[in-house]
Amino acid sequence: MSEILVLVDHVDGAVRKPTNELLTIAKRLGEPSAVFIGAADKADGVVEAVKKFGAEKVYVVDDTEIKGYLVAPKAEVLQQIAAQAGPDAILITSSGEGKEIAGRLAIKLESGLITDAVDVQPGPVTTQSVFAGNYTVQAKVTKGTPIITVKPNAAAPEESAGAGAIEKFSPTISDSAKKAQIVASQPREASGRPELTEAAIVVSGGRGTGGNFEPVESFADSLGAAVGASRAAVDSGWKPHAFQIGQTGKTVSPQLYVAAGISGAIQHRAGMQTSKTIVAINKDEEAPIFELVDFGVVGDLHAVLPSAADEVTKRKG
Amino acid sequence: MNIVVCVKYVPDATAEQKFEPDNTVDRVAVPGLLSELDEYAVEQSLQLKEKNADPESVQVTALTVGPEQAADAIRKALQMGADKGVHVVDDAIAGSDAPASSKVLAEAIKKIGGVDVVVCGMASTDGSMSVVPAMLAERLDLPQVTLGSVVESQGDQFRIKRDGDTATEVIGATAPLVLSVTDQSGEARYPSFKGIMAAKKKPLDTWSLADLGVDAGEVGLAAAWTAVEATEARPPRTAGEIVTDEDGSGATALVEFLASKKFI
Repeated sequence: MSEILVLVDHVDGAVRKPTNELLTIAKRLGEPSAVFIGAADKADGVVEAVKKFGAEKVYVVDDTEIKGYLVAPKAEVLQQIAAQAGPDAILITSSGEGKEIAGRLAIKLESGLITDAVDVQPGPVTTQSVFAGNYTVQAKVTKGTPIITVKPNAAAPEESAGAGAIEKFSPTISDSAKKAQIVASQPREASGRPELTEAAIVVSGGRGTGGNFEPVESFADSLGAAVGASRAAVDSGWKPHAFQIGQTGKTVSPQLYVAAGISGAIQHRAGMQTSKTIVAINKDEEAPIFELVDFGVVGDLHAVLPSAADEVTKRKG
Repeated sequence: MNIVVCVKYVPDATAEQKFEPDNTVDRVAVPGLLSELDEYAVEQSLQLKEKNADPESVQVTALTVGPEQAADAIRKALQMGADKGVHVVDDAIAGSDAPASSKVLAEAIKKIGGVDVVVCGMASTDGSMSVVPAMLAERLDLPQVTLGSVVESQGDQFRIKRDGDTATEVIGATAPLVLSVTDQSGEARYPSFKGIMAAKKKPLDTWSLADLGVDAGEVGLAAAWTAVEATEARPPRTAGEIVTDEDGSGATALVEFLASKKFI
């Protein structure tokens, strides 16, 4: 069986959940091989983490020489590992950086690239959601080694013991890959809430909050949910851009999406329409968001959400 | 300084977008326009020009690859203030994937010549893969300074703020380079009446693949490195239950619903 390369998405050696999803998908397609590019002293922890989700092999690449540079060196690393391993596919998380690595790698390997897959089945055949979620598309790579970026929540991570054999890999990085420097990096502050794109439940607020996100946040906390915002709320300065859901923000596909005080413009729908269950609270019964919902409340979120939060907390005991 | 801003003519997202029988995006029947996200790229290009010590020495060229109507996207960029336009149009291009599009753009940028900064939007509003700027950097062997929400420059030194999933970074590089900007980089200007009139006299070159030395067999649907096997309109969501809140009944009904779906 051929190797399926999975680029490990991690923060300083802490493996992020989408990596477990990619490994689960990789197992459907072949033999999962994780590629860890990071600090050498974090490798053991990463190997332990990825072999729980089926990694048979782990390529460990010490990033001392390359961590100060944007995107290009990682594409070179994957190119060189691919040349050695001859994988059947390469899977990368569909983040801004992940897609850029994939884009450069596609040109280097002269291989087809599919981004933002919400499902990958043997073939590999991918499913994507396009045109603001109004269409689904099935696609296949027809040239070279399929390179696929996969959205968070595309698969339920399944534990499965892998051998986790370590293979240290020393890449040769060109000078031209070291031209865009990471001058400074500020880790995002932990909010204590789940990460937006990974969360099972998302509660978002929009213009209707009037800038008061307290009801949205308490309701989110009662459900253990992540907090999001519409573009209107972000443009008003009520929430930073990292919270924005929609065409130019994050795309989420949680089990439950709650839109509070959000009218549901097409740009917002593009970011949440594929959520499994959609609930909205809005004062305006004509708001287009109500066309999408499984359950809607016509009412003031400032009244509805606090009592709903109390009730949820009570029921959870 | 020589700036090329890449712009795309896309189907209007507020109109009903659809596919052709060959599974390519219908770019003819659906009304199109300059991609909203590329307006931010045009804006940053114009700001780079205006902030230069000698703005007259800076040339901003709007470049597009697309069918006849795509010239509309160039015209909008010229109305906003770009100096000239280049439109690569060729029947063979229809159905091109991102690698082929980036190839045509890269060859056009080489033909324009002496380019210091290539500016792109963060994504198109139709395909929205967000990979063309990185592919251009790869093909042109230039540093990629991408997904910038704040752009600063001094001479040939560029710095951007880049908001990633887990960190905010500052990226620096020396021109020539490829820059892409997000919708946080600054509101795009509206064309002024004067700008609209002036745009009519600005040069707009039309190039074919042969002008770029690109073989027609390398681009288009048949040469794509990926194939769409099927497209399906998402079934409309069946109308859910809508209740009107009266004295707290909304909250109770909402919690009942969430409990019935086992979210609590």
